[in-house]
Amino acid sequence: MRNLLRWETALVFLLIVVALTGQVSTDGSFLSGGNLFYLGLDIGEIALIALPLTLVIVAGEIDLSVASVLGLSSALIGWLWNAGWSLELILPTVIVVGAICGAFNGFLVTKLGLPSLAVTIGTLALYRGLALVVLGDTAVADFPASYTAFGTTPVPGTNIPYPIVLAAILAVLFGVALHASSFGRSVYAIGANEEGARFSGIRVKRVKLILFVLAGAVAAIAGIVYTFRFSSARADNGLGLELAVVAAVLLGGVSIFGGKGSLFGVLAGVLLLGGLRNLLILQDTSTEVLTIVTGLLLLVSVLAPSITRRVGTLRKATP
Amino acid sequence: MDRPPVVALDEVSKSFGAVRALSGVSLRLLPGEAHALLGENGAGKSTLIKTLAGVHRPDSGRVEVDGSERRFSTPADALAAGIAIIYQEPTLFGDLSVAENVFMGRQPLGFGRRIDEAAMHARTSELFSRLGVRLDPARPARGLSIADQQLVEIAKALSFDARVIVMDEPTAALSAHEVQRLFGVVQALRAQDAAVLFVSHRLDEVFSLCQRATVLRDGEFVWSGPLTDETPDSLVRRMVGRELSQLFPKEDTAAGDVLLSVQRLTREGVFTDVSFDVRAGEIVALSGLVGAGRSEVARAVFGIDRPDGGSVHVRGRKLKYGSPTAAMAAGIGFVPEDRRQQGLVMDASIERNTALASLGRLSTFGLLRRSSERALAQDWAVKLRLKFAKLSDPVGVLSGGNQQKVVLAKWLARKPSVLIVDEPTRGIDVGTKAEVHRLLSELAGQGVAVLMISSELPEVLGMADRVLVMHEGRLVEELSRAEATEERVAMAAAGQAVTR
Ligand SMILES: Nc1ncnc2c1ncn2[C@@H]1O[C@H](COP(=O)(O)OP(=O)(O)OP(=O)(O)O)[C@@H](O)[C@H]1O
Ligand SMILES: [Mg+2]
Repeated sequence: MRNLLRWETALVFLLIVVALTGQVSTDGSFLSGGNLFYLGLDIGEIALIALPLTLVIVAGEIDLSVASVLGLSSALIGWLWNAGWSLELILPTVIVVGAICGAFNGFLVTKLGLPSLAVTIGTLALYRGLALVVLGDTAVADFPASYTAFGTTPVPGTNIPYPIVLAAILAVLFGVALHASSFGRSVYAIGANEEGARFSGIRVKRVKLILFVLAGAVAAIAGIVYTFRFSSARADNGLGLELAVVAAVLLGGVSIFGGKGSLFGVLAGVLLLGGLRNLLILQDTSTEVLTIVTGLLLLVSVLAPSITRRVGTLRKATP
Repeated sequence: MDRPPVVALDEVSKSFGAVRALSGVSLRLLPGEAHALLGENGAGKSTLIKTLAGVHRPDSGRVEVDGSERRFSTPADALAAGIAIIYQEPTLFGDLSVAENVFMGRQPLGFGRRIDEAAMHARTSELFSRLGVRLDPARPARGLSIADQQLVEIAKALSFDARVIVMDEPTAALSAHEVQRLFGVVQALRAQDAAVLFVSHRLDEVFSLCQRATVLRDGEFVWSGPLTDETPDSLVRRMVGRELSQLFPKEDTAAGDVLLSVQRLTREGVFTDVSFDVRAGEIVALSGLVGAGRSEVARAVFGIDRPDGGSVHVRGRKLKYGSPTAAMAAGIGFVPEDRRQQGLVMDASIERNTALASLGRLSTFGLLRRSSERALAQDWAVKLRLKFAKLSDPVGVLSGGNQQKVVLAKWLARKPSVLIVDEPTRGIDVGTKAEVHRLLSELAGQGVAVLMISSELPEVLGMADRVLVMHEGRLVEELSRAEATEERVAMAAAGQAVTR
């Protein structure tokens, strides 16, 4: 626990450093209201998906199919819209489909006992493939302005984009679920010692299934946000986004081996990752470099705990 | 006795933060002796051993081997100096075979530097036969009972041909039969002039194996000397610092309704046709050798494993197969044998572990009441005389016996009406053991049905209203309290019961 707190303090410190260097190197435009709005928009989907994914990873599992669920839900929106459905009907449908995608992952993991890494690599391809079947490589863009404004205008009187408001509300819900509820305790126990959790009467499979369903549903919500933000439903929306989300979660101090981490850390991780990416975009960095930076951050966050441990034992060993 | 010690620890101190685990402790281990290291839970025995092994560095003091000072920085260094150690908690690699665990890191190599599996298995079998263990060297370590895990660790330590063998509670889960075999091996080692340091809370074992002993109390050295003039009572007095009654026999209660009824329960290849009842107010002991299937029956009753046939009824209602949640809802509590894997979440705090089986009761609309959680943990920590620094400390830093108390607290806190305990006092010291026995007796007095698995015969004879004996997966004998004697239980466990 103490290690975790130290890591979170370090994250906040890093955030301040990034903010200040950003501010200086961009002559003050980094922290300007306008840029903060775009930064918020940019991290909206990552922040959303990171919430349930945190719980999944704390429980010792992983879901790599989330970005594909995002793409599938975007494609579905376009297809159903073309088919003449109303958006009031489309949106709940899409969320249910996302939940079903998650449930399918959860079923394969809990009922068939397959490793979630393999399962969700499979469904990563499967769901993206389905998205392409649904919509092909066309784009649907003629959504009503009342919906797309959601992604292009801030909450009146502020610089806060609507997706961030949504993410904040969900963050509170997920935070309470993970840190203050008996469900959250079960999640930690499963991640730290699955056998021990079973011996304590925790319904391990059910908890895991719920987590996968949540991940699917929230990924679908992120798909809705994404679609209206760019006013474009496409099958390849959010391609590769799982990398950024997993990086943010691990950067936030969640152990890839399960059992450890906090939602607060993950939110800091999302901000840090988003801030860095935004800063690089402001400086006209190419997308390849962005991907490289994300990958490096992922590596750093996986390596950091073992490095700090190594340093810790070294310090102990030399009196 | 004038021979120089092989190992000498001199004024060793070790603190963990504010906890002083050892302060100025000395120990001399002579060649050819079996030396007992005694003390209450948390007295510092395991810490002393880990200091000798190079797992911990002493804050001050010296470790000497053959008269010259040594500073081990890893267990491998200690091994190289001829010191083999069996730690309190078995740490086998589950995915590796038993033989690979025994020969970890020094597997015999054959042609082309490939691991010579046949040689490895043969040498493992040879070690097992010295110990009288029947285990397949090729099977994976995962799923071994805690006693078998301990036997594998013992075989591993023996395989080093070390001059000093340190055993931290090796017998805690073993029944009399395996203990006798182990002692035979230790005598043979002594004859070859090896020194053995032995930790156990079972004083009868200490007297039958050891010549000298060292006693610690709260991290301080209390006494060291020959056992010839000592009695169990005098040793307990040294450990506790006051008089203590050693055994707490169960009080008689009138047995009530049948609460737990097990009918023809069968798991193929594990146990067959096991039937018994446990009534309210009764303590029923399930006795037998290691591997007789006792723990497996308990696991199946609690729903961890799915039986192939038979049924379990609680208060006359049939229990759903394979669901611990259903078993708990019916009022069953289960203290498992392996605290590291099954009983506790080692990284989680003491209070979280205590609360883990009571989450429902501690929350309102799914939200956990932290204050109730803390109060629960605090309450049981006092009741079981837990030795700890903070309730928010990870349970993994507690001493072995104190970890066991947390497992007990976790289940007693649920107030079960049927309590299954598998080696409930494994690693628990004499004083607290009497306390646990008093608690179990009190629970029975309140109408709880207790099913107790224990490898310790005095515990079985002192606590049980009835003793059921298993042999190779079958119930072979049922003895009333009056009929149950050491001989009869041991005979039945060895498969020589007068058939029922
Ligand atoms: N890694 C650690 N961090 C903090 N405290 C520790 C650590 N290891 C041991 N302690 C503390 O040191 C004290 C001595 O523990 P130790 O394990 O040596 O007891 P023990 O005599 O082996 O007891 P038992 O009979 O229960 O096994 C205990 O209070 C324990 O909580
Ligand atoms: Mg110990």
